[in-house]
Amino acid sequence: MTTAATAEEIVDYDEALERYDPVMGLEVHVELNTATKMFCGCATGFGADPNTQVCPVCLGLPGALPVVNEKAVESAIRIGLALNCEIAEWCRFARKNYFYPDMPKNFQTSQYDEPIAFEGHLDVELSDGTTYRVAIERAHMEEDTGKSLHVGGATGRIHGADHSLVDYNRAGIPLIEIVTKPLTGAGERAPQVAKAYVGALRELLRALGVSDVKMEQGSLRCDANLSLRPKAAGDENQDDVPLGTRTETKNVNSLRSVERAIRYEITRHAAVLDKGEKIRQETRHWHEDTGVTTSGREKSDADDYRYFPEPDLVPVAPTRETVEHLRGTLPEAPGLRRKRLQSDWGYSDLEMRDVMNAGAVDLIEETVAAGATPAGARKWWTGELARRANVEVKSVEDFGVTPAHIAELDGLVRDGRLNDSMARQVLEGVIAGEGTPLEVADARGLELVQDDGALEAAVDKVIDANPDVAQKVRDGKVQAAGALIGQVMKEMKGQADAGKAREIILAKLT
Amino acid sequence: MSALSRDDVAHLAGLARIDLSDVELDRMVGELGVILESVAKVQEVAAEDIEPMSHPLPLTNVTRPDVVRPSLGAEAALSGAPQQEQQRFSVPRILDED
Repeated sequence: MTTAATAEEIVDYDEALERYDPVMGLEVHVELNTATKMFCGCATGFGADPNTQVCPVCLGLPGALPVVNEKAVESAIRIGLALNCEIAEWCRFARKNYFYPDMPKNFQTSQYDEPIAFEGHLDVELSDGTTYRVAIERAHMEEDTGKSLHVGGATGRIHGADHSLVDYNRAGIPLIEIVTKPLTGAGERAPQVAKAYVGALRELLRALGVSDVKMEQGSLRCDANLSLRPKAAGDENQDDVPLGTRTETKNVNSLRSVERAIRYEITRHAAVLDKGEKIRQETRHWHEDTGVTTSGREKSDADDYRYFPEPDLVPVAPTRETVEHLRGTLPEAPGLRRKRLQSDWGYSDLEMRDVMNAGAVDLIEETVAAGATPAGARKWWTGELARRANVEVKSVEDFGVTPAHIAELDGLVRDGRLNDSMARQVLEGVIAGEGTPLEVADARGLELVQDDGALEAAVDKVIDANPDVAQKVRDGKVQAAGALIGQVMKEMKGQADAGKAREIILAKLT
Repeated sequence: MSALSRDDVAHLAGLARIDLSDVELDRMVGELGVILESVAKVQEVAAEDIEPMSHPLPLTNVTRPDVVRPSLGAEAALSGAPQQEQQRFSVPRILDED
């Protein structure tokens, strides 16, 4: 029983791509953010005490009968529509039978040959500006499993554990499994396509508002299938080369891991195939820390799930009116929306990327709607707030600062009441919970001195105190005025408009 | 429809985690065989124009609103568990049983 991952042979990535054509299949499980479970009224909140969100239905107690969550079906249809899928006119649930204590019923209620949505696609943008169309095979409804804690043995791993403790709070939470068709033709961009697809899917699901899509909490999970086939020889068409044996890598829980796991498997498969050996069809486990996959179980008899139609649930048959109504609720596609906003706001590509990375698109949209200039909104959300979020490992929304606050702050700067450094202090106050920007500015007495008399007096004082510098300015060295402006600002305790101070100084000396 | 073999029954018993003795296996081959034959008779009358059904009720779209209902509470939920620990169901080691 080994727990340590023994490194397997790999070949150089570029070499692997010279000889082989990678084919991927991605399965994404997304937990819906419904208030209740798929088939019962138990709550779904994350982090509740163990086994406090369970009932006879999700514990599989005898005689309990499931009833489908209406909102989960609607979410499933909306996801299907957003992925350009057909929506089934009639479909059923099925029992997937297996014995594993994470499902107390000894089966998982899923869909088998009648998924609610099928035959779609999602276009994803790659960093080189090209688009790759990911063909979607199906999206089906199912339920999540319980969580096991393995006791004894090494650090919570299943190997070597002497018994396991199960919490069924998660069992029965609605899941949508989204399965791609085999993705071909990506070549050396395969790892990037995988990452871009999961990222685009996450963005789409977030825009739909159907899931928290938090990969680190497991509400979005990806299983990555990969196989290699020889590169087509001569005038042979690559599509005519039969697919190789695939492996399925589980536990890939960040966008970066999706990319790394595919890349690693390409180099590992190539090493096996180079030696003339065969790939074993098996489950692999991704190890974030070491960046390798290790062998899990081989596909075997245990995968004989004996699916059959679920007799306790009646078919789901969404009317075309329902489907069209739900189509009407779809948000603008994230890619199109991004392009529209970037053009409205006049941001450069680089600025827009910063906004995306800070997760601030919605916030800036709201801030602009609340009256801020696009430039002002971007400056605060992707500047000071993004910097703090980065340092404190939070997201920009976590500081209690609202779009209305930023719009107000931006207004105070534009009206000339605050200068930049004062605005920063005001923001500090807002973050500290001292109130709105206006309240903070009032309470802290932050206000640019609008009285030109006071400013002129300060300028005169500084000029008198620095005759040498003043003479330089008189002699035409305008840049020397900077030193005087600094002195004036100090004299005014920072509460002056530096631009105005410069004007007055130059007026007096030139 | 091909008859049920002894191997089929042994395979199914394995999947269902039911330990059958040789005698029981033999008996089950016979009993399950009778059930399958009976079901097969239905197929004889199932004509092309009869839709396969998985449910006796002519119903679709039976759903409930997404409204939270009280759960059992951990104590009641665990009351039937042979063993529990840390408010969780304790189960024997999961791997290594094959």
